[in-house]
Amino acid sequence: MPNNSAPLAEAPSEPAEARHIHAALTRTSTGNEDLRELEAGLDSLQSDAARKTRIEWSRILLPVAALVVLVLIWQFYVSLGVKRRDLVPGPLDVLGQVGVLWGEGKLQEAVWTSLQRGLVGFLISVAIATPVGLLLAQVAPLRRAFGPLISGLQVLPSVAWVPAAIIWFGLTDATVYFVVFMGAIPSIINGLISGVDQIPPQYRRVGTVLGANRLQMALQIILPAALPGYLGGLKQGWAFSWRSLMAAEIIAVGGTIGFGLGSLLDQGRILSDMTVVMSAILLILGVGILIELLVFAPIEKRLLRSRGLLSGSTR
Amino acid sequence: MPVVLENLGKRFGDGAPVLDDVNANIASGEFVALLGASGCGKSTLLNIMAGLELPTSGALEVPSDGAAFMFQDAALFPWLTARENIELALQLRGVGKAERKAKAQELLELVHLGGAGDKRPHELSGGMRQRVSLARSLAQDRQLLLMDEPFAALDAITRDLLHDELERIWKETGRTIVFVTHNVREAVRLGQRVLLLSSRPGRVVEEWSVTEEHRTDAGLAGQLTGVITARLREEIRRHAK
Repeated sequence: MPNNSAPLAEAPSEPAEARHIHAALTRTSTGNEDLRELEAGLDSLQSDAARKTRIEWSRILLPVAALVVLVLIWQFYVSLGVKRRDLVPGPLDVLGQVGVLWGEGKLQEAVWTSLQRGLVGFLISVAIATPVGLLLAQVAPLRRAFGPLISGLQVLPSVAWVPAAIIWFGLTDATVYFVVFMGAIPSIINGLISGVDQIPPQYRRVGTVLGANRLQMALQIILPAALPGYLGGLKQGWAFSWRSLMAAEIIAVGGTIGFGLGSLLDQGRILSDMTVVMSAILLILGVGILIELLVFAPIEKRLLRSRGLLSGSTR
Repeated sequence: MPVVLENLGKRFGDGAPVLDDVNANIASGEFVALLGASGCGKSTLLNIMAGLELPTSGALEVPSDGAAFMFQDAALFPWLTARENIELALQLRGVGKAERKAKAQELLELVHLGGAGDKRPHELSGGMRQRVSLARSLAQDRQLLLMDEPFAALDAITRDLLHDELERIWKETGRTIVFVTHNVREAVRLGQRVLLLSSRPGRVVEEWSVTEEHRTDAGLAGQLTGVITARLREEIRRHAK
């Protein structure tokens, strides 16, 4: 069959250049310099151009607008006069009361006392919970033994410890701190453990291959890898500290316990002064929001962005 | 002989053996491609050589200081920059701080990433990440380098370039490389020797040597690829019944 043999006969005389083309099987570059240039070209094609960061006004303006709308609805409801003014005070009444409390110095004292206790209690909780959490996450028998208990403690409302704490420690700061610890420590431990559980198994294998010993593995691979989950635990731990603190301050009043936001709230209840009650609630909420916005949100954003976990989220 | 495998066997629990009677000798500075279809225990064999798993029978001889390992995904730590990833490998090896910095830069230059050291893994393309990963495994400074399908997830253009790159680095550093792949063309392109592993149980059934002529003559390389593919398919067909 001459038709078939013709192209076959031509094949060996193909020029070397043409052979080189269908050639993932052989070398595709002509030397180190050529390779460097090809790779540099491919690298720039495959990487995204750096994006500039600028102030996103919608991030500031939208929450402010939402707040304004809520306050306007509140004011509108009050001006309808459905309820007595002393039961449902308007925004301006509450603002006036906040001004009075500020003038008396009560507001500053209450915020400072609570904030200081909350932060000290939270930091001590972190210092206790972090090594305990790492140990539980890394040592299987310990985890099996104490894991359910720690999870259980997280479900138990820490207010339940207030009566016990008052009996043990009396009306002192120790009572307040004890309740804060019982709220924050289990939730930080749980956050850290779940952060460790979510580490891709590959990271440990890489650690082993690179020759990390147990301590290096825990501190240089496990802990940084678990950081997003740990940070979630810290956030929740702070929320639990703050809530537990308020509960303790509302219930345990007097003795050597200082005057905090919870105490202010309780005072409002005793005086049946709704403006004081509302002021205290809004202050407790405001402190919580400020801590989230000024402390946790920036840390979290930085952490996620540096790991490339932020793209596509609505954050 | 940095690597000797003798009658090596591995089974998990009571299951069928994954590896059975594997025999191979790998010379110092040799580039061996370990080829096989899915389920032939290629990765298990590599893990055993790396000391990540223990064989259930047989004996093996590997360098006493262990082996460097490169995974299919780059497995870079996302909280570290490219440079820090390499520095971590050096640090865990016990290299001092001042020396680490210079050595990391040197390795980045070696994989043509001298300017990208301060980027995070997510800012790098797949090919760049694998090159950082290669630099990190070189930072371990082991004579034996085990590679588990390191280019399987890359696009064809990038993979072709990385083949050239890996060949160049192998020649520059004189490492002994065991390269696991399921890609016949890749095995022929890179290996000096291609070992074909059968599937279930895995066993070395045939081997071919690849000469310098195969590197430059696409026709010759294509012919060898055809031969090996035919043998591989025969091995796969055995499991049809």
